[in-house]
Amino acid sequence: MIWLAPVKARSAAVPLAPPSAVTLARVNVEVTPLPGIGTRQDFVTRSGRRIGVVTHRDGRFDLIVSGREDPDACAASIALTPEESGTLANLLGAPQLVAQLDKQHGGVGGIVTRQLPIITGSPFDGRPLGDTAMRTRTGVSVVAIVRANDVEPSPRPDFVLRGADVLIAVGTPEGVDAAADLLAKG
Amino acid sequence: MHSTAISLIELGAIFFGLGMLGRLAWRIGVSPIPLYLLGGLAFGTGGLLPVTGLGEFTSIAGEIGVILLLLLLGLEYSAAELVTGLRRSWMAGVVDLVLNAAPGAVAGLLLGWGPLGAFVMGGVTYISSSGIIAKVLGDLGRLGNRETPVVLSVLVFEDLAMAVYLPILTALLAGVGLMGGLSAVGIALLAVTVVLVVALRFGRYVSALVDNPDPEVFLLRVLGAALLVAGIASQLQVSAAVGAFLLGIAISGSTAENATRMLEPLRDLFAAIFFVVFGLNTDPRLIPPVLGVAAVLAVVTTLTKVATGWWAAGRQGIARMGRLRAGAALVARGEFSIVIAGLAVASGAVEEGLAPLATAYVLLMAILGPVAARVAEPMARKAMAVLRPQQAT
Repeated sequence: MIWLAPVKARSAAVPLAPPSAVTLARVNVEVTPLPGIGTRQDFVTRSGRRIGVVTHRDGRFDLIVSGREDPDACAASIALTPEESGTLANLLGAPQLVAQLDKQHGGVGGIVTRQLPIITGSPFDGRPLGDTAMRTRTGVSVVAIVRANDVEPSPRPDFVLRGADVLIAVGTPEGVDAAADLLAKG
Repeated sequence: MHSTAISLIELGAIFFGLGMLGRLAWRIGVSPIPLYLLGGLAFGTGGLLPVTGLGEFTSIAGEIGVILLLLLLGLEYSAAELVTGLRRSWMAGVVDLVLNAAPGAVAGLLLGWGPLGAFVMGGVTYISSSGIIAKVLGDLGRLGNRETPVVLSVLVFEDLAMAVYLPILTALLAGVGLMGGLSAVGIALLAVTVVLVVALRFGRYVSALVDNPDPEVFLLRVLGAALLVAGIASQLQVSAAVGAFLLGIAISGSTAENATRMLEPLRDLFAAIFFVVFGLNTDPRLIPPVLGVAAVLAVVTTLTKVATGWWAAGRQGIARMGRLRAGAALVARGEFSIVIAGLAVASGAVEEGLAPLATAYVLLMAILGPVAARVAEPMARKAMAVLRPQQAT
């Protein structure tokens, strides 16, 4: 019966809280209660695979991907810690944000948007954004920082960077390259 | 003093042994419940190493085990989940009830145990083990499967059915006759309804009553409340276990989560004692004569559970393999079958053969269930691969 029939929820395709200026394409996410366990949130991709997460009551996540032959079953069900799921969200979410920003800047000649990850162990891991002096040294602006599931729009210079953060940087192609170097080498 | 020392040594040896058995069980991918039962059989009257002098402690500890099993079952589902589950899956639940209680009831009648024996055996074969099933689904990475909500909703229905069944069973075992039985049904339905309404509307207040940031205070309060409610329910002839179950439903939200986390180890401990006690009180020499019946029941009720899951999943538009997985997942019986048999045996109102039959049946089903869930699909695929080429020629 319709116990299965999912509660249809309109939800962002990417679990980011995007800055209001950025609109993301919308996908229908099915939310199915799993009594005693938690909920399953998934959607069917254009290629016909079902992909989503099982959220356990105690806050653990499983990433689920349906099988190719049997769409009812899961080809993979991968347990993720909160940190891991945050990192995965970054990996998937940041390019989306970049693509959107790039589209918006499309009219402005010579400006590109790029995502610059802070590698764990980078000289700026644990130091405020202001320490990079990126604007002064390369002319590049950091318009947002993606961390775990959150987006920090227009970060202030005192925003402390951490490994696995992704900086969304806007500038000239050369400037953005220099900024990437700067973040890696200090 | 001397006897205390002996008791401690015996208890220690039993717990340590159970610990070894439990580790072994999860290693080979089966539930530890059958091994606990075997442990009990070995130490009981007529067993390999009869242990004496633990009677009083183990029997009250076993009682607490039952109460905690049902309390945590109640905590597992929120009232809202139960109500939506009931509304949306009642047909699958009824099919499950009819298909799976019938074999047990028929067996009870054929063995000449009368309507009461049939009622008990129906309960034993009906109720799946939600503990084993949840664990197996998690281990096999099937929580994200499409058929899993179907399996879970059948379990939700079974748990509600238990809340009605246990008080009736308690009343019938007490020998109250038909009218008494009917009034027990009335009281049970009323109690379940009242608790569901209270939990939906005022769940926060019930939770607030036991909630406390200090873990020690919290543990004592939850445990105290559970035993109090269970005792009062027992006094009112509504079955102690059901009292605890209803309390579990009434506690909700984060309080329920904390309580589950805190009580889980206690439940595992006391439930293990309960299974051992059940095994202790069963004479293993009575098992071989009923083994044949148990095996037939095991085969029949495996098929009926598979049919239940097949049908319920089919209604949700799930493909053949998923339907088979849903059916096979439901096969496991365990803790609650023993709870039912335990109540019946403790009352002394049923035939001597019931405890050995229930033990043998659960031994088979608790082992068969996880195995069935694992191998049903690969076996079906192999069978299809063998059949297909023949059809082609």
